[in-house]
Amino acid sequence: MKQRLVGALCAMAVAGGAFAQTPKKPAAKPAPQSPPAAEAKDAATLEFEKFRAEMEDSNPAELFEMKGEEQWKTKRGPKNVALAESCDLGQGVGKVEGAYVRMPRYFADADAVMDAERRIVWCMVEKQGFKFDDIAKKPFANANFTPDITNLVTYVAGHSRNMKVAVPLKDPKVHEAYEIGKEIAAYRAGPYDFSCNTCHGSDGKRIRMQNLPNLSTAKGAMSGVQGWPGYRMTGGVMLTHQWRMGDCFRQQRFPQPKYASDAIAYLLTYMIGNANGQVYKGPGIKR
Amino acid sequence: MADPMKIRATLKGDTAEIRILMAHAMETGQRKDAAGNTVPPHFIQAMTVEVGGKKVVDGHVGTSVSRNPVFGFKVKGAKAGDKVVVSWVDNKGDKRTDEAAIA
Repeated sequence: MKQRLVGALCAMAVAGGAFAQTPKKPAAKPAPQSPPAAEAKDAATLEFEKFRAEMEDSNPAELFEMKGEEQWKTKRGPKNVALAESCDLGQGVGKVEGAYVRMPRYFADADAVMDAERRIVWCMVEKQGFKFDDIAKKPFANANFTPDITNLVTYVAGHSRNMKVAVPLKDPKVHEAYEIGKEIAAYRAGPYDFSCNTCHGSDGKRIRMQNLPNLSTAKGAMSGVQGWPGYRMTGGVMLTHQWRMGDCFRQQRFPQPKYASDAIAYLLTYMIGNANGQVYKGPGIKR
Repeated sequence: MADPMKIRATLKGDTAEIRILMAHAMETGQRKDAAGNTVPPHFIQAMTVEVGGKKVVDGHVGTSVSRNPVFGFKVKGAKAGDKVVVSWVDNKGDKRTDEAAIA
């Protein structure tokens, strides 16, 4: 019998980037093989979701919203002015409803694309007379201290509860920021040669027990956006999106970004813009 | 008075479901800060809950309770509009009282 050898050419389609180098961190196990990017959720994921639902029910972030409300409405700073009567977050002076989900956006008075935190800091400096350097010295919370800006961002974010993300991408300045942000997200640098996309550029990635959302898709971007500002139970701290971007830089062993800088605004425009149309549930909570 | 609490009280049949979110550092006195110094103890020691004028919870709270704690209770025989009054005192003598009506 003649044996027909069918040379089956298995075209090993190595998808560019999908299973490419798994990031290695010093003194740690290499990241596990990416599980199939399927709809099926494993038992661990289901338990995490149950845990999240329980925690979201009484989110300590609400305490920071209350503090932020007080700070928004009180006359403060060398100019003794309230943000409620002077700060335009894009929806009119003092208007906070729906403002968080409509940022980053271009503000003509600052001639810059700004995310929520950057904009509120701008208002604190320009309208209330605070010094940027003073705010930038300790911009993020720790176990013993929560800066005013964190409370304010949480308050503003709370007023976009259950609203659809609507970054104005059609605005040419915002579109430009989005494109730059997209490039930055793909830019590999640092001692690990990481880019944002290394961890957040494809489906199904995970580091140990932490699922890594694919920030280039609407759903993935939304799961990122939903977390911030967020109450982190580890340490009992309220943290913002700006903080998280800085922490990503730290994990990539990049130099720390300047607080409320252009680069972060562009990255946030890309990430939050990708989540357009998705519903924001308000300040988040994480373990 | 210390920072305000958030009280949520809803009526399900004849049972009031009460959720209390307190703002407190709840330092055990065993944690060390970044500089290596021990952070002094600062935690809620006692709390009371009254519903419709009747004390339903009289509790000792300790260092095993976490920062910004959440407490949940179910109280039978409550009526809509009943006042829920929550008070706490901490080890430094600081205190806080807040109230809400059962919805």
